[in-house]
Amino acid sequence: MSATGLTIAVPRGALMGGTLDLLDGLGVDTAEVRSNDRKLLFEDAGIVTMRPSDVPTYVEHGAADIGVTGKDVLIEAPGRDVYELLDLGFGRCEMVVAARGGSEPLERALRRLGRLRIATKYPRIATEHFGRTGRQIEIVAVKGSVELAPLTGMVDGIVDLTATGKTLAENGLEVVEEIVTCTARLIANPVAHKLKAPEIDALVERLRGSSS
Amino acid sequence: MIHPIPAGTRDVLPDEMRELRALGERLRATFEQAGYGEVWTPMVEYEQVLRTGDERAADAAYRMFDDQGRVLALRSDMTIPIARVVATRLSDAEGPLRLCYSAHSYRVVGQRTGQQREFLQSGIELIGVPGEDGEVEVVTLALSALEAAGLARHRVGVGDGSLYRRLLTALEVPGDRHRELLECLTRRDMVGLELRVDALGLARDARDLLVGLPELRGGPEVLERAGDGPAGEALERLRTLYAALEARGVADRVILDLGLVRDLGYYTGAIFEIYDPAVGFALGGGGRYDDLIGRFGAERPACGIALDVQRVHVAQAAEEGQR
Repeated sequence: MSATGLTIAVPRGALMGGTLDLLDGLGVDTAEVRSNDRKLLFEDAGIVTMRPSDVPTYVEHGAADIGVTGKDVLIEAPGRDVYELLDLGFGRCEMVVAARGGSEPLERALRRLGRLRIATKYPRIATEHFGRTGRQIEIVAVKGSVELAPLTGMVDGIVDLTATGKTLAENGLEVVEEIVTCTARLIANPVAHKLKAPEIDALVERLRGSSS
Repeated sequence: MIHPIPAGTRDVLPDEMRELRALGERLRATFEQAGYGEVWTPMVEYEQVLRTGDERAADAAYRMFDDQGRVLALRSDMTIPIARVVATRLSDAEGPLRLCYSAHSYRVVGQRTGQQREFLQSGIELIGVPGEDGEVEVVTLALSALEAAGLARHRVGVGDGSLYRRLLTALEVPGDRHRELLECLTRRDMVGLELRVDALGLARDARDLLVGLPELRGGPEVLERAGDGPAGEALERLRTLYAALEARGVADRVILDLGLVRDLGYYTGAIFEIYDPAVGFALGGGGRYDDLIGRFGAERPACGIALDVQRVHVAQAAEEGQR
C-alpha cells in the first residue's frame, strides 16, 4: 500500500511537477514517476498518471480515490460527481479572450457582422462567458495550438488558458478580457470520501498546512 | 449493419439475466420475509402527479403526450408513484404499511459517462412508522438484503437532509444566500462553499461551523466533535438514530455523515446512502419523507431505501472475486 493509503490520479503536463512536489511532501516516493515518462501506473507509489482532462473521469468512477486537475477542466466538464476538496494554489493560469490588435477588431466584427467567431478548446466556458456578456458567438472547436486560428483569419479571437501570456505575445495576440483564474484542485471520489475518510482527511489536513 | 439502442440502455442476455434474476429474487425474498409486500405501478405517470411529489418532478427526463394531449412522463423513481398509491388506493389501510418493489426508472445521464439511463431498482417503503423506529427498520433491512446477496463490505452513510438548512437559518445567514451555499454542497464543491461562506463575513465560530460541519463523517466521534450548537435538534435526532442502530447491532456498518445531501426535494429528515468499496458510485440511497404522501391528500410519515440492482451486481461479482 502507498504512503497515503490512497490511489492518486496525477495529471501529466504543466501540473505534474507541482503535484509530484506535493506528494513528496506527504512522503510518497515519486522518484520512479519522475524518471519514467512512458509508464502510466505506479502501484507501489499508489499513483496513476494521465492527461488532466481524464482525471475527473478516473476519480468519478473510483479508479482513483483522489486526483489533481485544473479548475479549467472542472468548469469545462461539469456534472462530474466528484468532491472538489482543496484549492492547491499552484498552476495558476488565466482563462482569457485574446485577439489580434486588441479589442477593436472584435467590436467591429460584432457591430458589422452581428457575431464573433471564437476558436477554443473550451467551448462551454466560451459559450457561457459570451452569453453572460450578451454577445453572440460562433464556436470553432480546435484541438491543437489555438493561437494559429486568428492568424489565418479563420476566427476573430480565441478563448484559451495562459500562464505568462508569452505564447500569445509571440503570435501577436493581445489579452482582451480575463474570464476566470484557474489553479490546481484536489478532487475525490464520493464513495472513497466516505469509506476512506481518515486517509483523505489526513492528506487534506497536511496539504492545508503546507499551502498556508 | 448497426441498429443502435439509446445511450445508457442495454440488452441483457441469458447468462447475465440469470444472475440478475437470482440477485433480484434474493433481495425481494428478504423484503418479503420482513413483511414487505411487492407492488407494481405504471412506468408512465401524468407529469402533474410527479410534480405534486417534487416540484422538479424528481428530475423526470422523458415526456410524451397521450391521445388527449396530456403530458406523460417516465418515472425517475418509485417513491413518488408509491406515495400516490398509498394516498389513493390504500388510504383506508390501518397501521403501518410495508411495501417493496423491483422496477425500472429513468433519468438523464451525461453522454459517454458510462451511467445508466434506464436502471433497475429494488427497494422498500415503510409508511406509518415515524422517527428512528422506521429509519432503523429500513436501514437494517437494506443491509441484510445486501448480505443475503453476498456482499460483505458494504456500509451505509447516515445523515440529515435538513441539517445544513437549519444551520444556515440558526446562524442567521441571509435567506437569499441559502440557495447558492446548498448548491455548492450538493455539487460537492467544498472550495466554492468555503469561498462563499468567507464572503458572508460571519464570526469565526459560525464560519468554521459552516465550512467544517459538512466535512465531518465517520463513527460516533463525529457527533461528539459536532457538539450541540445551532444544529442541535438535527444532531440530537442523529444521536438517537445512531443509538438505535447500535442497539440493533449494525453500528459497525454505519458511517455518520454530516455533509450528506440527496438532491431530491422531498426528504424531511434522516437520509441514507449505501456504499461498497468495489463500486465508485453509491449502490443506493433513501431517507425519510414525512410530507410527501400528504401532498397526495393523506398525511403519513414514511421512509424508504432503493438499491440499484446493476451496481449491487457489480459489487457482488467483485465480492466473489475476493474469496
